[in-house]
Amino acid sequence: MELVTTILSKAGAKKSTVKWKFKMTPMRWVFTGIAAAAIAVILVRFVLGLGATTNLNDQWPWGLWISFDVLLGVALAGGGYGTALIVYVLRRDKFYPIARSAMLTSLLGYIVVVLGLLIEVGQWFNFWRPYVSWGHASVLFEVFWCISCYTVIQILEFCEVGTEKVFKGAHKYLKKAMPVMLIIGITLPTLHQSSLGQLFYLMVGKVNPLWWTAFLPVFFLLSSFFVGAGMIVIESTLAGKALNHKVEIPVLRGLVKISAGAMILYMMLKITDMVVRGTFANAFAFDLPSIMFLSELTFGVIIPIIIAFSSLSSTRKGLIWFGILTVSGVVMNRFDVLFTGMGKYLNQYGGSYVPAVSEFVVSLGLVSIACLAYLFLAENFNILGGHGSEHADDIEIKDGKYASTAK
Amino acid sequence: MAKGVLVDIPKCIGCESCSVACKLWNELEWDEQEKCKTAEDRAKEPNNGLWPEEWTSINRFDLEKDGESVARYVKTQCMHCEDPACVSSCFSKAFQKLPEGPVIYDQSLCVGCRYCMMACPFDVLRYEWKKAIPGVRKCQMCATRVANNQETACTSVCPTGAITFGEREELLAEAKKRIKENGYVDRVFGEKEAGGTSWLYISDTPFEKMRFRTDVTTQPLPSYTEGYMKATPFVGVGWAAILAGLYVYNNKGKEPLD
Repeated sequence: MELVTTILSKAGAKKSTVKWKFKMTPMRWVFTGIAAAAIAVILVRFVLGLGATTNLNDQWPWGLWISFDVLLGVALAGGGYGTALIVYVLRRDKFYPIARSAMLTSLLGYIVVVLGLLIEVGQWFNFWRPYVSWGHASVLFEVFWCISCYTVIQILEFCEVGTEKVFKGAHKYLKKAMPVMLIIGITLPTLHQSSLGQLFYLMVGKVNPLWWTAFLPVFFLLSSFFVGAGMIVIESTLAGKALNHKVEIPVLRGLVKISAGAMILYMMLKITDMVVRGTFANAFAFDLPSIMFLSELTFGVIIPIIIAFSSLSSTRKGLIWFGILTVSGVVMNRFDVLFTGMGKYLNQYGGSYVPAVSEFVVSLGLVSIACLAYLFLAENFNILGGHGSEHADDIEIKDGKYASTAK
Repeated sequence: MAKGVLVDIPKCIGCESCSVACKLWNELEWDEQEKCKTAEDRAKEPNNGLWPEEWTSINRFDLEKDGESVARYVKTQCMHCEDPACVSSCFSKAFQKLPEGPVIYDQSLCVGCRYCMMACPFDVLRYEWKKAIPGVRKCQMCATRVANNQETACTSVCPTGAITFGEREELLAEAKKRIKENGYVDRVFGEKEAGGTSWLYISDTPFEKMRFRTDVTTQPLPSYTEGYMKATPFVGVGWAAILAGLYVYNNKGKEPLD
């Protein structure tokens, strides 16, 4: 699929043409199919309501959409602010090649979160209420403001990339604003990543003590930071296959080691927390919560630390395993806080919740839309190329071949 | 001053006049299925028989007391906390605690995130899952009646004096008097639970056998997140300043990245 858009640069003056391409592959058709199914479910949800499309109930007012689309979506998109911190603020230029793709993944992740939230809340048309009716005692108020502002900031940050190709006149202004946007764009996620954990601190006595702790915000923040490297490894592996672009091993290895450093801190805090609150007995009770808790830490944190600091991380295979384990660990953790952590309390008088097929379809559909958007943007803008500012002029390729991003 | 209701559990005979009065005053819909349920059925339901259109429900528990089997009826509804979790959890101020006691909800401000339902220490909030545009539903403690110096609809019809409307402080003293006189369990449920509630319960049978959340915290729930929210702006500004400093320092004399 190729599309050529022609923009009149100045009234009546010379026309400049921009090429857009998007080649459909079998995988992309699969994504499109899932996305279409999800859109159908979403339409039903808006017409008939949440009861018709989900298995949510009064015992389980939060379910898959909150945990997957929001809690997990935000966490997995954490690679963006982490990378921005390492590359732009700390100037570890070695990692610059992955900066744009990590930040794009983060942007798309947040768009999924925002869309997911609009679908998930009952009165979506009231989404703007917290901007004017300030419930500032609520942790969710902070989450709401930070996520929405950060999404706007990320869109602007992407515009800085986008204006290399279209609306080139705005590029220099966006470039000037970048330092400010970067700093706000690191501050906001730091705040709301931790607040997502603090949300559960209000549910006193409802969450299993293995997860309910005053450290919740720190744990959520640290895990969103260290999962960034895992996501970048996975993303660059998948994008590498799809777009024929590989990130060098030393770059990924360096990131993985930074991430493992954060994991060690996380592990130490987890142990401190268990000592302080005396939850060792719960952790080694070998009931369902204990098994989930231990495997979350063993497979999601301890083994990745070992991979990162051994020779295993010098191979692509080792790096991919690091990615898969870390990401799975954080996935497990977010599900554990809600489902494993609250299951016993919420089901005590016979409540139950198993997500409906339609809930899975929507969650997978949103991810598919994000994947398609990523592929389109990575193919049409300078995302993976990384190096050097491809100045606006270089982008226009006269002979019709558009190859600047595919290398 | 703040009003409250005292529920004297052994005095209730389970006539359910209160439920009918609630339906009539609040113009709640009648549900065929709910009409046919007994107080015993409701006591076994995950939601105590509270539904979007059932703001109060009578639960029957068959218990053992002094070797005899006795039936105890418990009226359930929103407890109207003194410092409510729902009010503090709502990011758009859809909940409000009135000085007279009632905790009320305004659907026009509600976004529908349901954080209040997750936060409620007594799990009394219900959602209109079947509606395309749903809201949260719960007992409003007849806020308009209370504001006009009238008592709540349910208490106004109770034939046995099992539920009494009045000043919370006076009711609390009355509750303690009754505990002594009748040899009840030495606990006013609602005096300290979740930091205190407008509704107070006394009983001659153990609360934990009647689905009361006896292990609930005695700290007001908002106090768990208050400090965090107060510190957030300072942490944010401080962190942004540190980042700005680091940015300037690390970019000194270097070509900017793009």
